[in-house]
Order: sequence, then structure tokens, then C-alpha cells
Amino acid sequence: MINTTIPDATTGTAVAPVPHTYPRRRFRKVGNKIFAYVVLTLMSIISIFPFLWTVSTSLKGPGEIFAWPPEMIPNPPVWSNYAQVFETLPFGRFFLNTIIYTTAVTIGQLLFCSLAGYAFARLRFPGRDPIFYLYLATMMIPASVTLVPSFILMRWFDWVNTMWAMTIPGMFGSAFGTFLMRQFMLSLPSELDDAAIVDGASKWRIYWQIILPLSKPAIAVLAVFTITAVWNDFVWPLVMLHDRELYTLTLGLASFNAGMQSYTFWSGLMAAATMTIAPLIVIFIFSQRFFTEGISLTGMGGR
Amino acid sequence: MLRTLRREWIGYLFILPNLVGVLVFLAFPVVFALYMSFTDWDVLTEANFVGLDNYRTLFTDDPLFWTSLWNSTYYVLLTVPTSIVIGLGLAVAMNQAVRGITFFRAAMYVPVLTSAVAVAFIWRWIFNSDVGLLNSLLYRLGLPSTIGWLTDENWAMISLAIMAVWKSVGYYAVILFAALQGVPRSLYEAAELDGASSWRRFINITVPMIGPALLFVTVIAVIGSFQVFDQVYLITNNGGPGTSTYVYNLHLYNNAFQFFRMGYASAMAYILFAILFFITWLQLRIGRKRASGAYDYA
Repeated sequence: MINTTIPDATTGTAVAPVPHTYPRRRFRKVGNKIFAYVVLTLMSIISIFPFLWTVSTSLKGPGEIFAWPPEMIPNPPVWSNYAQVFETLPFGRFFLNTIIYTTAVTIGQLLFCSLAGYAFARLRFPGRDPIFYLYLATMMIPASVTLVPSFILMRWFDWVNTMWAMTIPGMFGSAFGTFLMRQFMLSLPSELDDAAIVDGASKWRIYWQIILPLSKPAIAVLAVFTITAVWNDFVWPLVMLHDRELYTLTLGLASFNAGMQSYTFWSGLMAAATMTIAPLIVIFIFSQRFFTEGISLTGMGGR
Repeated sequence: MLRTLRREWIGYLFILPNLVGVLVFLAFPVVFALYMSFTDWDVLTEANFVGLDNYRTLFTDDPLFWTSLWNSTYYVLLTVPTSIVIGLGLAVAMNQAVRGITFFRAAMYVPVLTSAVAVAFIWRWIFNSDVGLLNSLLYRLGLPSTIGWLTDENWAMISLAIMAVWKSVGYYAVILFAALQGVPRSLYEAAELDGASSWRRFINITVPMIGPALLFVTVIAVIGSFQVFDQVYLITNNGGPGTSTYVYNLHLYNNAFQFFRMGYASAMAYILFAILFFITWLQLRIGRKRASGAYDYA
């Protein structure tokens, strides 16, 4: 709609340019560009600086933390803050738990969402579209609505305070993941299936040997979104887990409040925060393009 | 041709595991929450059907319900317009720039993908009124540096909003930038030849062209902000100072998991659902009207 109407506004009046205004316009364009770079640089600094400050604080001794004026680069860096985190809390255990939960959910999500996405995109079966609309509808439900009933469900299954609560519900895959896979698989040419059917390939083989390998970009997108979501999740583990042995990194980080003496509190907390954040940032650096691709694929990002 | 048109029952097998997951862990809880909201279940004893009692109590006999509702609304009003305007500005700036977009985009996206828990603690440190980064910075610039960012009732919510805007603008910027890239350059060139100022080009071309993305981002932002919980739970002392940051989901969480009033909390969840549904519907309606207004103008 918009595409067809907007140009009408201009076509009728697009007359020849007035030559003498060119240099000035050129100048203004350069000005705009410089302004854009200033804004972007400033925002990048604002975005990154708190993290640098976090790392800086995590390496400070008790004296430096409250030094006035504050210093950016600690001298000498106090690495023992990190060791202290592991002494105070089973932080290694939190790491391991988070990695287990994240891996399990991500594998399940990739498998089951790609299977379902394939069926919704490339197979015909009765009720396909109504079921897909149900999926779209569930995507719009705010998370807080399902929190209490999901907790009760977990109690019925007797999964509260177990690893199962942290893995099984996520492993079946989400409506969002299926939506993402379907959108991508719709864009693959249908001749692929036709040719394989002529060759006598089963639906399973078409999925496994043709469509899935071609869907690697979408799989990567779903993987990074899922890893980020599970790694950062706070409310679900907060409601589900009581034993510290089962805690995730986010929950462990939150339990720091009570655990530390006040003078080492901030440096220890910042060391723990740094360790919680760092793995995701590393993943992000290597997979940045998948985040952007995912946004153009679904119109939304992973959060 | 016939074979591809044939209905393929095997499709059910492919969707089965995922469908079971969506039905059991998403669709069922939604329906069940509605039933729960008419009971007085407290985890320990049998649930009794109490009709609309929970809703009646919420509306007439729970001042904290109204406080939390207002606080969340205030939070939405503080965060949503600010972060979308800044996000749009950044997207336009990225669209102007030629080099370094990958870097800028990555830098702005880092806060988005950082866990809310870590962000909450980092900002608690920054907001610390005595030794925090923010007051030190203000002090160095010769500005008033004694604001109790998280300890002053008037500032606490604003501080939470600053933190939220910082965390989310990168997300909006990236989505809106993707939309901006879909706007044909020829439109701007034509308008420029007509002598349209950059502000007019922005209002008459950019905004209508990325209208759907702008609408989507606004809807997502309102839904997300209204449900704020993690940061408030971690950074404030149960919504303090006083009740100044006692948001809706904190009240919901306390009722469910501190007082074990599961039915009551479910009623709160459904009221939230209704509010968000109404706001979204309203936004989509206004958005559509705006869009058709743009067509008329064109």
C-alpha cells in the first residue's frame, strides 16, 4: 500500500534541480554525517562503559574501590577477587548447571522447532493453518500470565527444585522457534521437494537431507536466541529452584547479596557479574550476523 | 503435481512433539490460570471455588494493587517513549553512516543481551549515592552530585527507567535500522529535489515508510515494560523506598510465592492480560488510522 502511494506525492512535482544550491546541500550532507557519527560514538561509549567499569571494579582492592576520585585502571589488578567468588559460592557449579540447562533446551528447541517448522512450511495436512494460528496466538500471551499455572504444573509433575523443571518444558521447543523456522523454510524453492519426491525420497529424508542442511542460517539464529534466553532467564529458576546445588548463574549472582562482607562486596559482585556476562558476549562477537539476520527474518529479536 | 497437493497426514508426526510442548506448557497454563483465578488455592489446602471474590478484593480492598498498577503505568510512560525516540534517532544515524555500522550495532546490542540480573547489579553500583560512578561523574562536571538515585522516593523509579532505556535502546535501534534499510533511496532523492527539508523528509517519508516496524516496536515495548520485574526485584528493597517502585509484577510475585495466594495471583495475571490486550488493540487501531492518514496525505 505505502509503496504505491508515496511516490505519487513526488512524481508530479519532481522538476529539475536548481544548480546553485548544490554545494550548500553537499555541505549539509557532510554535516549530517558527522553528526551521525558523533551520536553513534557517544551512544556506543554509553553502552560499553558500564561494562568496562564493571571489569575495572572487579579488579580493585578494598582501598581502591572507594578511592576518590575513582580510577579506571586498577593498579595492581587484584585477581584474587575472582578466586574469592569461587570460595564464597559454588560458582563453578552454577556455571555447569547453566551450561547443562542451556545445552539441553537449545538442542531440543532446534530439533523440534525445525521439525514442526518444516511441516508448517512444506507439508499439507488437515488443520495445519488453524494450528498455526493457535501458535501465533500463544506468542502474544504475556509471560506473567503463565508463571503461576506453570509452577502448579511443575508441582503436579513433582519437578519443582529439580533439573527437569529447568530443561523439559523448554526442550519441546517454543511457538516462536517454530514460527522462525517456518518463515525461513517457506523461502526455500519448492522444486527441491518435488525433485526429491520424484527420486522416491521420504518426507523424513527430505527434511533431514535437503531442508535441514539448507536451513543452517535459521538454525544458527534460533540457537543464539535460545542460548541468550536460557542463559539470562531469572524468574523461572527463581520460582523453581531452592537448592543452591541446582542454581543457575543468574540466580547465583542474585544470591550474592547476602553472601559477602561489605568491604569486598562490590569487587566480588562485579567479578561474578563479569563472569556471568562474558561467555554470552564472546558468543555474540562470533555470531553477530545471526542476530541481525534473525531480526530481519522474524521482525523481532531474541531477548 | 498431484502428489504434492495430496494431504500429507505425516505432517502431524513432524509437529507432534512441539505441539505437545506448546499445548502442555503454554496453552494449558493460560486456560488453567483463568480457572485458578476463581479459586482461593493456597498450595497447602484444597482449592475452593470463590467466584469473582479475588477480582472484587483486588479492585475494592487492595490499595497495593492500585499502587502497583499506577507504578507500572508510570514506568511504561517513562521508558517506552524515551527508548523508542532514542532508538529511532540511533537508527536514523546508522542509516546516515557508511563505515563502522557493524561496530556501532554490536556496541549498542551488548546491553540488550546482557542478563537483567547482571545489569541490575552493575547499575546499583553506578547509582550508589556515595561512591557510585554517576555521582562521581556529576561531581567532576561540577553538577549537583548528592542525588540518592535509588534511595530517594522521587528518583528511584526514574533511575530504574534510565537503566531500562540504556538496556533496550540498542534493540529498538537495530530493528528500526533494518526497517529503514528497506526504504528506497529514490524517495529521499525525489523529495530532496523538491526542496523538502530533512525534517519534512523524516516526517513525510521515513515515519510512514517504517510505520509498521515502529508500531511493532511500540507494542513490544509496552508489553515488555509493563511486566518489569527482574531489575526491580533485585535492585530495590521490595519496591522501595516506600512503595515508590512497587510494580505490578512484584505484587503478583509476592502474592503467589511469598503469601502463596495462587488464585489471587492468577486473577492479577488475568487483569494484566486484559490490560495489555486492550492497550495492544488500541495501539494497532491508532496505528492503522495513522497509516491510512498517511495514504490520504500521499
